Amino acid sequence: MQDYISSLSNTESRKFETFSYLPAMNTEQTRQQIQYIVDKGWNPSIEHTEPEHAYGSYWYMWKLPMFGETDVDAILTELENCHTAHPGNHVRLLGLDNFAQCAGTSMVIYRGKTV
Amino acid sequence: MAKVYDAGVKDYRDTYWMPDYIPLETDILACFKITPQDGVPREEVAAAVAAESSTGTWTTVWTDLLTDLDHYKGRCYAIEDVPGDDTCFYAFVAYPIDLFEEGSVVNVMTSLVGNVFGFKALRALRLEDIRVPIAYVMTCNGPPQGIQVERDILNKYGRPLLGCTIKPKLGLSAKNYGRACYEGLRGGLDFTKDDENINSQPFMRWRARFDFVQEAIEKAETETGERKGHYLNVTAPTFDEMMKRAEYAKEIGSPIIMHDYITGGWTANTGLAQWCQDNGMLLHIHRAMHAVLDRNPHHGIHFRVLAKILRLSGGDHLHSGTVVGKLEGDRAATLGWIDIMRDSFIKEDRSRGIFFDQDWGAMPGVIPVASGGIHVWHMPALVNIFGDDSCLQFGGGTLGHPWGNAAGAAANRVAVEACVEARNTGRELEKEGKDILQSAAKHSPELAIAMETWKEIKFEFDTVDKIDVAHK
Repeated sequence: MQDYISSLSNTESRKFETFSYLPAMNTEQTRQQIQYIVDKGWNPSIEHTEPEHAYGSYWYMWKLPMFGETDVDAILTELENCHTAHPGNHVRLLGLDNFAQCAGTSMVIYRGKTV
Repeated sequence: MAKVYDAGVKDYRDTYWMPDYIPLETDILACFKITPQDGVPREEVAAAVAAESSTGTWTTVWTDLLTDLDHYKGRCYAIEDVPGDDTCFYAFVAYPIDLFEEGSVVNVMTSLVGNVFGFKALRALRLEDIRVPIAYVMTCNGPPQGIQVERDILNKYGRPLLGCTIKPKLGLSAKNYGRACYEGLRGGLDFTKDDENINSQPFMRWRARFDFVQEAIEKAETETGERKGHYLNVTAPTFDEMMKRAEYAKEIGSPIIMHDYITGGWTANTGLAQWCQDNGMLLHIHRAMHAVLDRNPHHGIHFRVLAKILRLSGGDHLHSGTVVGKLEGDRAATLGWIDIMRDSFIKEDRSRGIFFDQDWGAMPGVIPVASGGIHVWHMPALVNIFGDDSCLQFGGGTLGHPWGNAAGAAANRVAVEACVEARNTGRELEKEGKDILQSAAKHSPELAIAMETWKEIKFEFDTVDKIDVAHK
C-alpha cells in the first residue's frame, strides 16, 4: 500500500492537462508530436503563461499561429525562442483545427515551476 | 376527380404499398425488420406497418375523404431480404414531414413505434434505422453545447476525457460519496459520475450530495490546477423537481448535470437540454432501459435509432457501449453509432448497420461514453476504437485499485496519456498496447499495481445482437 502524494501545499501536485501525468518529453519525442500535428493538417500555435496563471483559458500567444507551417524544425525553433524569451513560463504547443474550430490538441512542451 | 366513400375493409397494400415511390428529401425514412405471422404476404404486412404508423386504421372511414390522405400517408416503398434470416424481411417506409410536430422526437416516435408494435399480423417488429431529413433536424435544439464547446469549457484537448462512476451504486451517505469523488478527481480524472439509480433516496438526498460533491470538485481543482466536473444526476419523479435540482446545480457552480433520457422520458430530456443550452450547462445522458428496447435482434428499437433520438432531443454525452467491457456491443455496429453521434454526415453502410445517409448539418455532436467493466488493460483498445472525442469511464477500474481511487485515477490518467502519446507517434495501440503500458508503468507505481491487479480479467461472451450478414 502506498500513499497518494498530492496536496494543496505540494506544488508538484499542480498539473497542466494533456501529457502532464507523463515525464517531460525529450526533443525527439517532441518532434514526433509536432509531426503528428503537421500530419493532421492542423495549424501549430505556441502559447505561454506564468505558472500561477495557468488555469485560465487564455495564455499569451507567442506571435501568431504558424498557419500552414509544416517544417518540424521551424516549429521546434519557435518553441525554443518562446522559452528563451520567457524562461520561467509554461510553453504549450497547440494544433488548431480550423474545421472543428477548436484545438485538436494542446501539450505543454516547456514546463515552468508550478506554484 | 373526387373520390366516392366505399365502406369496408381494404387491403393495406392497395393504399400503402408504393414500390414506385421515390422518397422526397424531406421525408422521414424508416427501416423496419418485420417478422410476419405465417401466411401473411410481405407486401400486405409491410403496407400495414406503414399504415398503422401513419394515417391508417383497419377499416375505411368516411372522414378519410375530408383530407388528402395521399399527401399525409406513410408509404412502404421497398422490401428486402434480411441476410441470413428467412423469418423476417426489411421494409422501408417514407413519412411526409408534415405528419410531425417540429422539434419533437416525442411526436415522431409516437408515430413510428406506437400502436404498430402490437399489431397482430406481426410476430415481431424492429425499427432498425431512421433517416431524419435535414429539414427536420433544423427544427430540433440538439446537444446543449457540443463536443468543441465542452472541450473549451473544460480545457481538455487531444485526448479522451476520463471519468469514474462512483460505487457502490447505492447506499453511501453524501459526505462519504463526496470523499469518493474527491479522491478520484485529485488523482487525475476529469469527471466523476452519479450512478443512474442515484436520484434522491433516503440514504442520500440530492441536495446534500450536490453540496459535498461540489466541495470535492473545487478542492480537487485547486489541488491539481485542472478543471473538473461531476455529473450531478437530476433525474427526478417530476419535471418540476428535475428543474429544481438542475437550477441548484447551476447555482453552486457545477459545470455539468446528468439525465436518464429513456426512463426520464424524451419530453423531460428535450426540455432539460434546452435549459442547459440557455444556462451554459453540459448535459451527460445515461441510457438505463435501453437494452429492453434494443437488444433483441427481432423486436424493439435499434440503439442507433435511440442515439439519433438523443442527438435531436439534446445531450452532450451518451453512453454508447465499450465493445471490450462487460456490456453488450458488436464492434462494427458500435463504430457505426458512435459516428452517428459525432459526425456531421454519415453515409449508408450496411456493414455497420447504417441503412441511410444521415445529414446533421450544423447540429453539434455528442461525446460517446464508454463505461462498464473496463480497466487499464482495455485502454489501448478503447483509445483506438473511440479516438479523442470520447469519455472513458472506469468505475470498478478506478475505485477497485488496491491503494484507493486517487491511485486508481492516476493509473488510468497515465495509461490514457501514454496511449495517446504512442498513437500520435504512429504506434499501433491494439498490437503494442502491452508494451506501451509497461513502459508507462515504469514512471507510475499506481499504473504498475493496477496492471498487476486486473491482468486476468476478460469479458469474452458472444454478442447477442449482431449485424445481419449471410451465414449459410
